[in-house]
Amino acid sequence: MSKFRNIASIIALLPMIIISLTVFIGCIIYSFIYSLTNSKLIPVTNFVGFDQYQRLFKQRKWDVAVENIFIYGFVFTIGCLIIGFLLAVLIDQKIRGESLFRTIFLYPYAMSFVVTGLVWKWVLNPTFGLENSMHMWGFGWFELDWLVNRDLAIYAVCIAAVWQGAGFVMVLMLAGLRGIDEDIWKSLSIEGVAKWKSYLFVILPMLRPMVVTAIVLIAAGVVKVYDLILALTSGGPGYATTTPAMYVMENFFQRANLGQAFAASIIMFISVVCILAPWAFYEFYLRNKNAAN
Amino acid sequence: MRSIPAGPRPKHLTIGRIGLYCFIFVCAIFFLMPLYVMIITSLKDMDEIRAANILNLPKELSFYSWPKAWSQACTGFVCEGLKPGFFNSVKITVPSVIVSVGLSALNGYALAFWRFKGAYLFFGLCLFGAFIPYQVMVYPLLKIEDALGIYSTLPGIILVHTIFGMPILTLIFRNFYASLPIDLFKAARIDGGNFVKIFIYVIIPMSTPITIVAVILQVTGIWNDFLLGLVFAGRDNQPMTVQLNNIVQVDYGVAEYNVDMSATILTSLVPLFVYFISGRWFVRGIAAGAIKG
Repeated sequence: MSKFRNIASIIALLPMIIISLTVFIGCIIYSFIYSLTNSKLIPVTNFVGFDQYQRLFKQRKWDVAVENIFIYGFVFTIGCLIIGFLLAVLIDQKIRGESLFRTIFLYPYAMSFVVTGLVWKWVLNPTFGLENSMHMWGFGWFELDWLVNRDLAIYAVCIAAVWQGAGFVMVLMLAGLRGIDEDIWKSLSIEGVAKWKSYLFVILPMLRPMVVTAIVLIAAGVVKVYDLILALTSGGPGYATTTPAMYVMENFFQRANLGQAFAASIIMFISVVCILAPWAFYEFYLRNKNAAN
Repeated sequence: MRSIPAGPRPKHLTIGRIGLYCFIFVCAIFFLMPLYVMIITSLKDMDEIRAANILNLPKELSFYSWPKAWSQACTGFVCEGLKPGFFNSVKITVPSVIVSVGLSALNGYALAFWRFKGAYLFFGLCLFGAFIPYQVMVYPLLKIEDALGIYSTLPGIILVHTIFGMPILTLIFRNFYASLPIDLFKAARIDGGNFVKIFIYVIIPMSTPITIVAVILQVTGIWNDFLLGLVFAGRDNQPMTVQLNNIVQVDYGVAEYNVDMSATILTSLVPLFVYFISGRWFVRGIAAGAIKG
Protein backbone atom coordinates (compact mmCIF):
# COMPACT_ATOMS: atom_id res chain seq x y z
CA MET A 1 0.00 0.00 0.00
CA SER A 2 2.71 2.47 0.91
CA LYS A 3 4.48 1.66 -2.36
CA PHE A 4 1.33 2.49 -4.25
CA ARG A 5 0.75 5.84 -2.61
CA ASN A 6 4.30 6.88 -3.24
CA ILE A 7 3.96 6.09 -6.91
CA ALA A 8 0.78 8.14 -7.19
CA SER A 9 2.38 11.14 -5.54
CA ILE A 10 5.52 10.83 -7.61
CA ILE A 11 3.41 10.85 -10.76
CA ALA A 12 1.59 13.92 -9.45
CA LEU A 13 4.88 15.64 -8.77
CA LEU A 14 6.40 14.64 -12.07
CA PRO A 15 5.89 18.06 -13.70
CA MET A 16 7.69 19.72 -10.79
CA ILE A 17 10.55 17.23 -10.88
CA ILE A 18 10.99 17.59 -14.62
CA ILE A 19 10.87 21.37 -14.44
CA SER A 20 13.31 21.65 -11.57
CA LEU A 21 15.77 19.31 -13.28
CA THR A 22 15.52 20.30 -16.93
CA VAL A 23 14.56 23.95 -16.78
CA PHE A 24 16.13 25.30 -13.64
CA ILE A 25 19.20 23.11 -13.34
CA GLY A 26 19.55 22.16 -16.99
CA CYS A 27 19.30 25.68 -18.34
CA ILE A 28 21.91 27.00 -15.97
CA ILE A 29 24.34 24.23 -16.86
CA TYR A 30 23.64 24.83 -20.56
CA SER A 31 24.25 28.57 -20.14
CA PHE A 32 27.45 27.96 -18.24
CA ILE A 33 28.83 25.49 -20.79
CA TYR A 34 28.10 27.79 -23.72
CA SER A 35 29.51 30.77 -21.84
CA LEU A 36 32.88 29.04 -22.30
CA THR A 37 32.52 29.01 -26.09
CA ASN A 38 32.83 31.69 -28.73
CA SER A 39 29.27 31.18 -30.00
CA LYS A 40 27.99 34.05 -32.10
CA LEU A 41 24.71 33.63 -33.97
CA ILE A 42 24.17 29.99 -33.06
CA PRO A 43 25.51 27.98 -30.11
CA VAL A 44 28.71 26.17 -31.13
CA THR A 45 30.99 24.02 -28.99
CA ASN A 46 34.20 25.84 -29.74
CA PHE A 47 35.63 26.20 -26.25
CA VAL A 48 37.71 29.25 -25.44
CA GLY A 49 37.95 29.00 -21.65
CA PHE A 50 36.99 32.10 -19.71
CA ASP A 51 37.61 34.48 -22.63
CA GLN A 52 34.01 35.65 -22.72
CA TYR A 53 34.18 36.64 -19.06
CA GLN A 54 37.44 38.50 -19.56
CA ARG A 55 35.96 40.32 -22.53
CA LEU A 56 32.84 41.06 -20.51
CA PHE A 57 34.74 42.71 -17.69
CA LYS A 58 36.59 44.88 -20.17
CA GLN A 59 33.38 46.25 -21.69
CA ARG A 60 32.68 49.85 -20.77
CA LYS A 61 28.98 49.11 -21.29
CA TRP A 62 29.04 46.28 -18.78
CA ASP A 63 30.75 48.54 -16.23
CA VAL A 64 27.99 51.10 -16.71
CA ALA A 65 25.38 48.36 -16.37
CA VAL A 66 26.88 47.10 -13.12
CA GLU A 67 27.24 50.60 -11.74
CA ASN A 68 23.61 51.31 -12.63
CA ILE A 69 22.36 48.18 -10.96
CA PHE A 70 24.15 49.18 -7.75
CA ILE A 71 22.74 52.72 -7.81
CA TYR A 72 19.30 51.44 -8.69
CA GLY A 73 19.46 48.63 -6.13
CA PHE A 74 20.58 50.93 -3.36
CA VAL A 75 18.19 53.83 -4.02
CA PHE A 76 15.23 51.62 -4.85
CA THR A 77 15.67 49.33 -1.82
CA ILE A 78 16.24 52.15 0.65
CA GLY A 79 13.49 54.26 -0.91
CA CYS A 80 10.96 51.45 -0.78
CA LEU A 81 11.85 50.56 2.80
CA ILE A 82 11.71 54.12 4.14
CA ILE A 83 8.58 55.16 2.28
CA GLY A 84 6.91 51.79 2.82
CA PHE A 85 7.61 51.82 6.56
CA LEU A 86 6.56 55.47 6.88
CA LEU A 87 3.30 54.81 5.06
CA ALA A 88 2.62 51.76 7.22
CA VAL A 89 3.18 53.80 10.38
CA LEU A 90 0.95 56.60 9.09
CA ILE A 91 -1.80 54.16 8.17
CA ASP A 92 -1.52 52.64 11.66
CA GLN A 93 -2.34 56.00 13.35
CA LYS A 94 -6.09 55.38 13.42
CA ILE A 95 -6.63 57.75 10.56
CA ARG A 96 -9.90 58.32 8.79
CA GLY A 97 -10.31 56.69 5.40
CA GLU A 98 -7.64 54.11 6.14
CA SER A 99 -8.74 51.68 3.46
CA LEU A 100 -8.94 54.49 0.88
CA PHE A 101 -5.35 55.51 1.56
CA ARG A 102 -4.21 51.91 1.52
CA THR A 103 -5.85 51.46 -1.86
CA ILE A 104 -4.14 54.60 -3.17
CA PHE A 105 -0.69 53.55 -2.00
CA LEU A 106 -0.94 50.02 -3.31
CA TYR A 107 -2.62 50.44 -6.71
CA PRO A 108 0.64 51.10 -8.60
CA TYR A 109 1.75 47.62 -7.60
CA ALA A 110 -1.03 46.20 -9.79
CA MET A 111 0.41 47.98 -12.83
CA SER A 112 3.00 46.38 -15.04
CA PHE A 113 6.53 47.70 -15.29
CA VAL A 114 5.92 48.67 -18.89
CA VAL A 115 2.94 50.82 -17.92
CA THR A 116 4.89 52.31 -15.00
CA GLY A 117 7.76 53.19 -17.29
CA LEU A 118 5.59 54.75 -19.99
CA VAL A 119 3.58 56.85 -17.54
CA TRP A 120 6.68 58.26 -15.88
CA LYS A 121 8.26 58.83 -19.25
CA TRP A 122 5.36 61.13 -20.03
CA VAL A 123 5.28 62.82 -16.61
CA LEU A 124 9.02 63.50 -16.80
CA ASN A 125 8.92 64.49 -20.47
CA PRO A 126 11.40 67.38 -20.72
CA THR A 127 9.21 69.43 -23.08
CA PHE A 128 5.65 68.85 -21.89
CA GLY A 129 6.04 67.25 -18.48
CA LEU A 130 6.30 68.50 -14.91
CA GLU A 131 9.17 70.83 -15.74
CA ASN A 132 6.91 72.69 -18.14
CA SER A 133 4.18 72.84 -15.47
CA MET A 134 6.55 74.45 -13.02
CA HIS A 135 7.65 76.98 -15.63
CA MET A 136 4.02 77.82 -16.34
CA TRP A 137 3.50 78.41 -12.64
CA GLY A 138 6.33 80.92 -12.66
CA PHE A 139 9.18 78.76 -11.39
CA GLY A 140 11.41 79.40 -14.40
CA TRP A 141 14.50 78.10 -12.65
CA PHE A 142 12.98 74.66 -12.09
CA GLU A 143 14.82 71.90 -13.92
CA LEU A 144 13.67 68.33 -14.34
CA ASP A 145 15.60 67.07 -17.32
CA TRP A 146 16.43 63.73 -15.75
CA LEU A 147 15.40 61.59 -18.69
CA VAL A 148 17.83 63.32 -21.04
CA ASN A 149 20.59 63.75 -18.48
CA ARG A 150 23.18 60.97 -18.50
CA ASP A 151 23.94 61.29 -14.80
CA LEU A 152 20.39 61.59 -13.53
CA ALA A 153 18.42 59.26 -15.83
CA ILE A 154 18.98 56.27 -13.56
CA TYR A 155 17.38 58.19 -10.67
CA ALA A 156 14.28 58.75 -12.77
CA VAL A 157 14.11 54.96 -13.05
CA CYS A 158 14.42 54.75 -9.26
CA ILE A 159 11.53 57.18 -8.71
CA ALA A 160 9.26 55.22 -11.02
CA ALA A 161 10.25 51.95 -9.35
CA VAL A 162 9.70 53.29 -5.83
CA TRP A 163 6.33 54.64 -6.89
CA GLN A 164 5.41 51.17 -8.08
CA GLY A 165 6.88 49.11 -5.25
CA ALA A 166 6.57 51.14 -2.03
CA GLY A 167 2.98 50.04 -1.47
CA PHE A 168 4.11 46.45 -1.40
CA VAL A 169 6.59 47.15 1.41
CA MET A 170 3.84 49.06 3.19
CA VAL A 171 1.61 45.98 3.11
CA LEU A 172 4.37 43.77 4.52
CA MET A 173 5.19 46.28 7.26
CA LEU A 174 1.57 46.94 8.12
CA ALA A 175 1.03 43.22 8.62
CA GLY A 176 4.00 43.33 10.99
CA LEU A 177 2.73 46.38 12.88
CA ARG A 178 -0.69 44.83 13.32
CA GLY A 179 0.96 41.76 14.76
CA ILE A 180 2.65 43.72 17.57
CA ASP A 181 1.22 42.92 20.97
CA GLU A 182 -0.88 45.71 22.48
CA ASP A 183 0.81 45.27 25.87
CA ILE A 184 4.04 46.54 24.36
CA TRP A 185 2.30 49.74 23.30
CA LYS A 186 0.74 50.07 26.79
CA SER A 187 4.04 49.68 28.59
CA LEU A 188 5.71 52.11 26.20
CA SER A 189 3.08 54.75 26.87
CA ILE A 190 3.31 54.17 30.63
CA GLU A 191 7.05 54.70 30.41
CA GLY A 192 6.28 57.93 28.58
CA VAL A 193 8.34 57.11 25.50
CA ALA A 194 7.63 59.44 22.59
CA LYS A 195 5.74 57.78 19.82
CA TRP A 196 8.34 58.30 17.08
CA LYS A 197 11.02 56.93 19.40
CA SER A 198 8.92 53.85 20.12
CA TYR A 199 8.48 53.22 16.42
CA LEU A 200 12.11 53.74 15.58
CA PHE A 201 13.85 52.04 18.50
CA VAL A 202 11.39 49.45 19.78
CA ILE A 203 8.93 48.50 17.07
CA LEU A 204 11.26 48.60 14.06
CA PRO A 205 13.74 46.12 15.62
CA MET A 206 10.78 43.85 16.37
CA LEU A 207 9.88 43.92 12.69
CA ARG A 208 13.30 42.66 11.71
CA PRO A 209 12.06 39.47 10.03
CA MET A 210 9.70 41.56 7.86
CA VAL A 211 12.48 43.98 6.99
CA VAL A 212 14.87 41.18 6.08
CA THR A 213 12.26 39.47 3.91
CA ALA A 214 11.43 42.75 2.19
CA ILE A 215 15.10 43.48 1.50
CA VAL A 216 15.77 40.03 0.06
CA LEU A 217 12.67 40.11 -2.14
CA ILE A 218 13.42 43.60 -3.40
CA ALA A 219 17.09 42.80 -3.99
CA ALA A 220 16.30 39.61 -5.93
CA GLY A 221 13.91 41.69 -8.07
CA VAL A 222 16.51 44.40 -8.61
CA VAL A 223 18.84 42.10 -10.53
CA LYS A 224 16.06 41.30 -12.99
CA VAL A 225 15.07 44.89 -13.82
CA TYR A 226 14.43 45.07 -17.53
CA ASP A 227 10.98 46.11 -18.80
CA LEU A 228 10.79 49.20 -16.59
CA ILE A 229 13.99 50.63 -18.04
CA LEU A 230 13.13 49.55 -21.57
CA ALA A 231 9.85 51.47 -21.35
CA LEU A 232 11.19 54.50 -19.50
CA THR A 233 14.56 55.23 -21.10
CA SER A 234 15.27 52.32 -23.50
CA GLY A 235 18.61 52.19 -21.72
CA GLY A 236 19.46 55.74 -22.78
CA PRO A 237 20.47 58.45 -23.17
CA GLY A 238 23.19 56.58 -25.05
CA TYR A 239 23.61 53.57 -22.82
CA ALA A 240 23.58 55.57 -19.58
CA THR A 241 20.79 53.52 -17.97
CA THR A 242 21.61 50.10 -19.33
CA THR A 243 21.54 47.18 -16.88
CA PRO A 244 22.98 43.67 -16.85
CA ALA A 245 19.59 42.23 -17.87
CA MET A 246 19.48 44.58 -20.86
CA TYR A 247 23.06 43.71 -21.75
CA VAL A 248 22.16 40.03 -21.79
CA MET A 249 19.03 40.51 -23.88
CA GLU A 250 20.82 42.75 -26.36
CA ASN A 251 23.60 40.25 -26.90
CA PHE A 252 21.14 37.37 -27.27
CA PHE A 253 18.65 38.91 -29.64
CA GLN A 254 20.12 41.97 -31.34
CA ARG A 255 23.87 41.55 -31.51
CA ALA A 256 23.88 37.79 -32.06
CA ASN A 257 26.72 37.46 -29.58
CA LEU A 258 25.56 34.41 -27.65
CA GLY A 259 28.80 33.69 -25.79
CA GLN A 260 28.84 37.17 -24.26
CA ALA A 261 25.18 36.91 -23.34
CA PHE A 262 25.67 33.54 -21.64
CA ALA A 263 28.68 34.83 -19.69
CA ALA A 264 26.79 37.92 -18.54
CA SER A 265 23.74 35.86 -17.59
CA ILE A 266 25.90 33.52 -15.50
CA ILE A 267 27.28 36.54 -13.64
CA MET A 268 23.70 37.66 -12.99
CA PHE A 269 22.88 34.20 -11.72
CA ILE A 270 25.85 34.16 -9.36
CA SER A 271 24.91 37.55 -7.94
CA VAL A 272 21.37 36.36 -7.21
CA VAL A 273 22.78 33.31 -5.45
CA CYS A 274 25.01 35.58 -3.38
CA ILE A 275 21.96 37.59 -2.31
CA LEU A 276 19.83 34.54 -1.58
CA ALA A 277 22.26 32.10 0.00
CA PRO A 278 22.84 33.86 3.34
CA TRP A 279 19.12 34.53 3.69
CA ALA A 280 18.09 30.97 2.78
CA PHE A 281 20.70 29.65 5.19
CA TYR A 282 19.31 31.82 7.95
CA GLU A 283 15.64 31.17 7.16
CA PHE A 284 15.69 27.44 6.63
CA TYR A 285 18.72 26.18 8.49
CA LEU A 286 19.45 28.35 11.51
CA ARG A 287 15.82 28.92 12.31
CA ASN A 288 15.01 25.20 12.23
CA LYS A 289 18.05 24.52 14.36
CA ASN A 290 16.98 27.13 16.89
CA ALA A 291 13.45 25.79 16.89
CA ALA A 292 14.78 22.29 17.53
CA ASN A 293 16.80 23.41 20.53
CA MET B 1 -3.30 39.69 13.68
CA ARG B 2 -5.45 42.78 14.03
CA SER B 3 -7.12 44.09 10.94
CA ILE B 4 -7.87 47.46 12.52
CA PRO B 5 -5.67 49.74 14.65
CA ALA B 6 -5.79 49.11 18.39
CA GLY B 7 -7.63 51.44 20.76
CA PRO B 8 -10.30 54.06 20.21
CA ARG B 9 -10.13 56.75 17.58
CA PRO B 10 -8.59 59.95 19.01
CA LYS B 11 -11.29 62.52 19.72
CA HIS B 12 -9.37 65.77 19.35
CA LEU B 13 -7.46 67.05 16.40
CA THR B 14 -4.07 68.10 17.69
CA ILE B 15 -1.38 69.93 15.75
CA GLY B 16 0.42 66.64 15.38
CA ARG B 17 -2.58 64.97 13.82
CA ILE B 18 -3.13 67.84 11.42
CA GLY B 19 0.51 67.46 10.38
CA LEU B 20 -0.05 63.74 9.99
CA TYR B 21 -3.01 64.28 7.68
CA CYS B 22 -1.10 66.88 5.67
CA PHE B 23 1.75 64.45 5.18
CA ILE B 24 -0.48 61.58 4.21
CA PHE B 25 -2.27 63.81 1.69
CA VAL B 26 1.03 64.80 0.13
CA CYS B 27 1.94 61.12 -0.19
CA ALA B 28 -1.46 60.36 -1.70
CA ILE B 29 -0.96 63.14 -4.26
CA PHE B 30 2.40 61.69 -5.25
CA PHE B 31 0.90 58.25 -5.72
CA LEU B 32 -2.18 59.49 -7.58
CA MET B 33 -0.46 62.06 -9.81
CA PRO B 34 0.64 59.65 -12.57
CA LEU B 35 -2.83 58.10 -12.75
CA TYR B 36 -4.39 61.58 -12.91
CA VAL B 37 -1.98 62.72 -15.63
CA MET B 38 -2.61 59.52 -17.57
CA ILE B 39 -6.39 60.00 -17.54
CA ILE B 40 -6.51 63.73 -18.32
CA THR B 41 -3.88 63.45 -21.06
CA SER B 42 -5.94 60.77 -22.76
CA LEU B 43 -8.92 63.17 -22.80
CA LYS B 44 -7.12 66.14 -24.37
CA ASP B 45 -6.45 66.76 -28.04
CA MET B 46 -2.88 67.21 -29.25
CA ASP B 47 -3.12 71.01 -29.65
CA GLU B 48 -4.05 71.37 -26.03
CA ILE B 49 -1.34 68.96 -24.92
CA ARG B 50 1.26 71.03 -26.74
CA ALA B 51 -0.05 74.33 -25.43
CA ALA B 52 -1.14 73.66 -21.88
CA ASN B 53 0.12 72.47 -18.54
CA ILE B 54 0.30 68.68 -18.18
CA LEU B 55 -1.54 68.95 -14.85
CA ASN B 56 -4.44 71.09 -16.10
CA LEU B 57 -7.84 69.58 -16.63
CA PRO B 58 -8.85 69.41 -20.30
CA LYS B 59 -10.71 72.51 -21.56
CA GLU B 60 -12.94 70.36 -23.68
CA LEU B 61 -13.15 66.63 -23.54
CA SER B 62 -11.84 64.82 -26.57
CA PHE B 63 -12.50 61.11 -26.75
CA TYR B 64 -10.92 60.50 -30.10
CA SER B 65 -7.74 58.96 -28.68
CA TRP B 66 -9.56 56.05 -27.06
CA PRO B 67 -10.96 54.31 -30.15
CA LYS B 68 -7.71 55.13 -31.92
CA ALA B 69 -5.61 53.42 -29.25
CA TRP B 70 -7.96 50.47 -29.26
CA SER B 71 -8.19 49.78 -32.98
CA GLN B 72 -6.07 52.09 -35.17
CA ALA B 73 -2.76 52.97 -33.51
CA CYS B 74 0.25 51.70 -35.43
CA THR B 75 2.96 49.29 -34.37
CA GLY B 76 5.44 49.38 -37.21
CA PHE B 77 3.48 48.89 -40.43
CA VAL B 78 0.45 47.31 -38.85
CA CYS B 79 -2.24 49.73 -37.68
CA GLU B 80 -4.69 47.66 -35.71
CA GLY B 81 -4.33 49.27 -32.31
CA LEU B 82 -4.21 47.31 -29.10
CA LYS B 83 -7.21 45.14 -29.85
CA PRO B 84 -5.27 42.11 -31.15
CA GLY B 85 -2.91 42.42 -28.18
CA PHE B 86 -5.82 42.41 -25.79
CA PHE B 87 -7.23 39.21 -27.23
CA ASN B 88 -3.77 37.64 -27.37
CA SER B 89 -3.30 38.45 -23.70
CA VAL B 90 -6.65 36.84 -22.93
CA LYS B 91 -5.69 33.78 -24.97
CA ILE B 92 -2.38 33.55 -23.10
CA THR B 93 -3.62 34.40 -19.62
CA VAL B 94 -6.70 32.19 -19.33
CA PRO B 95 -5.12 28.81 -20.16
CA SER B 96 -1.88 29.67 -18.38
CA VAL B 97 -3.75 30.49 -15.18
CA ILE B 98 -5.90 27.37 -15.35
CA VAL B 99 -3.02 24.99 -16.08
CA SER B 100 -0.56 26.50 -13.58
CA VAL B 101 -3.08 26.75 -10.75
CA GLY B 102 -4.40 23.23 -11.36
CA LEU B 103 -0.98 21.64 -11.52
CA SER B 104 0.25 23.57 -8.51
CA ALA B 105 -2.75 22.55 -6.42
CA LEU B 106 -1.97 18.91 -7.24
CA ASN B 107 1.71 19.43 -6.42
CA GLY B 108 0.94 21.20 -3.17
CA TYR B 109 -1.41 18.40 -2.16
CA ALA B 110 1.13 15.69 -2.96
CA LEU B 111 3.81 17.57 -1.03
CA ALA B 112 1.63 18.19 2.02
CA PHE B 113 0.06 14.76 2.46
CA TRP B 114 1.92 12.15 0.43
CA ARG B 115 5.47 12.83 1.38
CA PHE B 116 8.18 10.72 -0.13
CA LYS B 117 11.91 10.90 0.12
CA GLY B 118 13.50 13.58 -1.98
CA ALA B 119 10.26 15.43 -2.67
CA TYR B 120 11.45 18.42 -0.73
CA LEU B 121 14.76 18.46 -2.51
CA PHE B 122 12.96 18.94 -5.83
CA PHE B 123 10.65 21.44 -4.27
CA GLY B 124 13.61 23.41 -2.92
CA LEU B 125 15.23 23.36 -6.36
CA CYS B 126 12.01 24.49 -7.96
CA LEU B 127 11.58 27.34 -5.49
CA PHE B 128 15.14 28.38 -5.94
CA GLY B 129 14.36 28.55 -9.63
CA ALA B 130 11.69 31.15 -8.95
CA PHE B 131 14.42 33.59 -7.97
CA ILE B 132 16.71 33.01 -10.92
CA PRO B 133 16.60 35.91 -13.37
CA TYR B 134 14.67 34.94 -16.49
CA GLN B 135 17.59 36.09 -18.61
CA VAL B 136 19.61 33.07 -17.48
CA MET B 137 16.96 30.64 -18.70
CA VAL B 138 15.42 32.39 -21.66
CA TYR B 139 17.77 31.14 -24.36
CA PRO B 140 18.12 27.49 -23.33
CA LEU B 141 14.37 27.34 -22.80
CA LEU B 142 13.88 28.78 -26.25
CA LYS B 143 16.07 25.96 -27.61
CA ILE B 144 14.03 23.36 -25.74
CA GLU B 145 10.77 24.78 -27.08
CA ASP B 146 12.26 24.95 -30.55
CA ALA B 147 13.18 21.27 -30.34
CA LEU B 148 9.63 20.50 -29.21
CA GLY B 149 8.27 22.53 -32.11
CA ILE B 150 6.27 24.92 -29.94
CA TYR B 151 8.52 27.98 -29.96
CA SER B 152 6.64 31.14 -30.99
CA THR B 153 3.26 29.49 -30.55
CA LEU B 154 0.43 29.87 -28.09
CA PRO B 155 1.13 26.53 -26.35
CA GLY B 156 4.77 27.59 -26.12
CA ILE B 157 4.10 30.77 -24.17
CA ILE B 158 1.49 29.01 -22.02
CA LEU B 159 4.05 26.35 -21.10
CA VAL B 160 6.58 29.02 -20.14
CA HIS B 161 4.11 30.84 -17.91
CA THR B 162 3.16 27.54 -16.30
CA ILE B 163 6.80 26.71 -15.60
CA PHE B 164 7.60 30.07 -14.04
CA GLY B 165 4.34 30.26 -12.13
CA MET B 166 4.51 26.82 -10.58
CA PRO B 167 7.16 27.19 -7.85
CA ILE B 168 5.47 29.97 -5.97
CA LEU B 169 1.96 28.61 -6.50
CA THR B 170 3.05 25.19 -5.28
CA LEU B 171 4.45 26.81 -2.16
CA ILE B 172 1.18 28.65 -1.53
CA PHE B 173 -0.92 25.52 -1.96
CA ARG B 174 1.43 23.36 0.09
CA ASN B 175 1.34 25.82 2.99
CA PHE B 176 -2.43 25.98 2.83
CA TYR B 177 -2.87 22.20 2.75
CA ALA B 178 -0.31 21.72 5.51
CA SER B 179 -2.50 23.94 7.72
CA LEU B 180 -5.54 21.67 7.23
CA PRO B 181 -6.09 19.12 10.01
CA ILE B 182 -4.30 15.89 9.14
CA ASP B 183 -7.14 13.90 10.75
CA LEU B 184 -9.38 14.91 7.90
CA PHE B 185 -6.98 13.27 5.52
CA LYS B 186 -6.65 10.17 7.69
CA ALA B 187 -10.42 9.79 7.93
CA ALA B 188 -10.68 9.95 4.15
CA ARG B 189 -7.98 7.28 3.90
CA ILE B 190 -9.87 4.99 6.29
CA ASP B 191 -13.00 5.48 4.19
CA GLY B 192 -11.04 4.03 1.30
CA GLY B 193 -10.10 7.17 -0.57
CA ASN B 194 -7.07 6.95 -2.81
CA PHE B 195 -4.74 9.69 -4.02
CA VAL B 196 -7.00 10.94 -6.79
CA LYS B 197 -10.32 10.50 -4.99
CA ILE B 198 -9.21 12.37 -1.88
CA PHE B 199 -7.94 15.20 -4.04
CA ILE B 200 -11.18 15.53 -5.98
CA TYR B 201 -13.75 14.96 -3.24
CA VAL B 202 -12.02 16.27 -0.13
CA ILE B 203 -9.26 18.69 -1.04
CA ILE B 204 -10.63 20.62 -4.02
CA PRO B 205 -13.90 21.60 -2.31
CA MET B 206 -11.88 23.07 0.56
CA SER B 207 -9.51 25.02 -1.66
CA THR B 208 -11.68 27.96 -2.70
CA PRO B 209 -9.98 30.73 -0.70
CA ILE B 210 -6.45 29.77 -1.62
CA THR B 211 -7.45 29.26 -5.24
CA ILE B 212 -8.78 32.82 -5.38
CA VAL B 213 -5.46 34.10 -4.06
CA ALA B 214 -3.54 32.02 -6.59
CA VAL B 215 -5.73 33.13 -9.49
CA ILE B 216 -5.36 36.81 -8.61
CA LEU B 217 -1.61 36.42 -8.36
CA GLN B 218 -1.37 34.67 -11.72
CA VAL B 219 -3.82 36.85 -13.64
CA THR B 220 -2.01 40.06 -12.69
CA GLY B 221 1.42 38.49 -13.07
CA ILE B 222 0.82 37.00 -16.52
CA TRP B 223 -1.13 39.97 -17.82
CA ASN B 224 1.69 42.31 -16.77
CA ASP B 225 4.47 40.11 -18.12
CA PHE B 226 6.55 41.63 -20.88
CA LEU B 227 9.81 39.72 -21.25
CA LEU B 228 8.39 36.21 -21.66
CA GLY B 229 5.71 37.43 -24.04
CA LEU B 230 8.32 39.24 -26.10
CA VAL B 231 10.55 36.19 -26.45
CA PHE B 232 8.20 33.22 -26.50
CA ALA B 233 4.81 34.34 -27.83
CA GLY B 234 5.85 34.95 -31.40
CA ARG B 235 4.67 37.71 -33.71
CA ASP B 236 1.10 36.46 -33.99
CA ASN B 237 0.46 36.11 -30.28
CA GLN B 238 2.14 39.21 -28.87
CA PRO B 239 0.55 40.14 -25.57
CA MET B 240 -0.85 43.59 -24.86
CA THR B 241 2.18 44.84 -22.92
CA VAL B 242 4.51 44.16 -25.86
CA GLN B 243 2.17 45.86 -28.33
CA LEU B 244 1.75 48.80 -25.98
CA ASN B 245 5.49 49.28 -25.88
CA ASN B 246 5.68 49.03 -29.68
CA ILE B 247 2.91 51.59 -30.14
CA VAL B 248 4.41 54.11 -27.76
CA GLN B 249 8.03 53.70 -28.80
CA VAL B 250 7.53 54.18 -32.57
CA ASP B 251 10.46 56.12 -33.93
CA TYR B 252 8.74 57.87 -36.81
CA GLY B 253 5.71 60.07 -37.26
CA VAL B 254 4.31 62.58 -34.79
CA ALA B 255 4.05 61.30 -31.26
CA GLU B 256 0.44 61.33 -30.09
CA TYR B 257 0.69 61.45 -26.36
CA ASN B 258 -3.05 61.24 -25.82
CA VAL B 259 -3.22 58.00 -27.80
CA ASP B 260 -0.19 56.69 -25.89
CA MET B 261 -1.88 57.39 -22.58
CA SER B 262 -5.19 55.85 -23.67
CA ALA B 263 -3.26 52.76 -24.71
CA THR B 264 -1.46 52.69 -21.37
CA ILE B 265 -4.72 52.91 -19.46
CA LEU B 266 -6.31 50.21 -21.61
CA THR B 267 -3.39 47.87 -20.87
CA SER B 268 -3.62 48.36 -17.12
CA LEU B 269 -7.42 48.06 -16.95
CA VAL B 270 -7.48 44.31 -16.32
CA PRO B 271 -5.01 44.25 -13.39
CA LEU B 272 -6.53 47.42 -11.93
CA PHE B 273 -9.99 45.89 -12.19
CA VAL B 274 -8.73 42.75 -10.44
CA TYR B 275 -7.12 44.93 -7.78
CA PHE B 276 -10.16 47.06 -7.08
CA ILE B 277 -12.70 44.26 -6.93
CA SER B 278 -10.53 41.85 -4.99
CA GLY B 279 -9.24 44.25 -2.30
CA ARG B 280 -8.22 42.18 0.68
CA TRP B 281 -7.64 39.11 -1.47
CA PHE B 282 -5.11 40.96 -3.55
CA VAL B 283 -3.21 41.92 -0.41
CA ARG B 284 -3.24 38.32 0.74
CA GLY B 285 -2.07 37.27 -2.67
CA ILE B 286 0.92 39.57 -2.76
CA ALA B 287 1.82 38.72 0.80
CA ALA B 288 1.77 35.04 -0.17
CA GLY B 289 3.40 35.61 -3.53
CA ALA B 290 5.95 37.99 -2.09
CA ILE B 291 8.67 35.53 -2.82
CA LYS B 292 8.12 35.95 -6.55
CA GLY B 293 10.12 39.17 -6.31
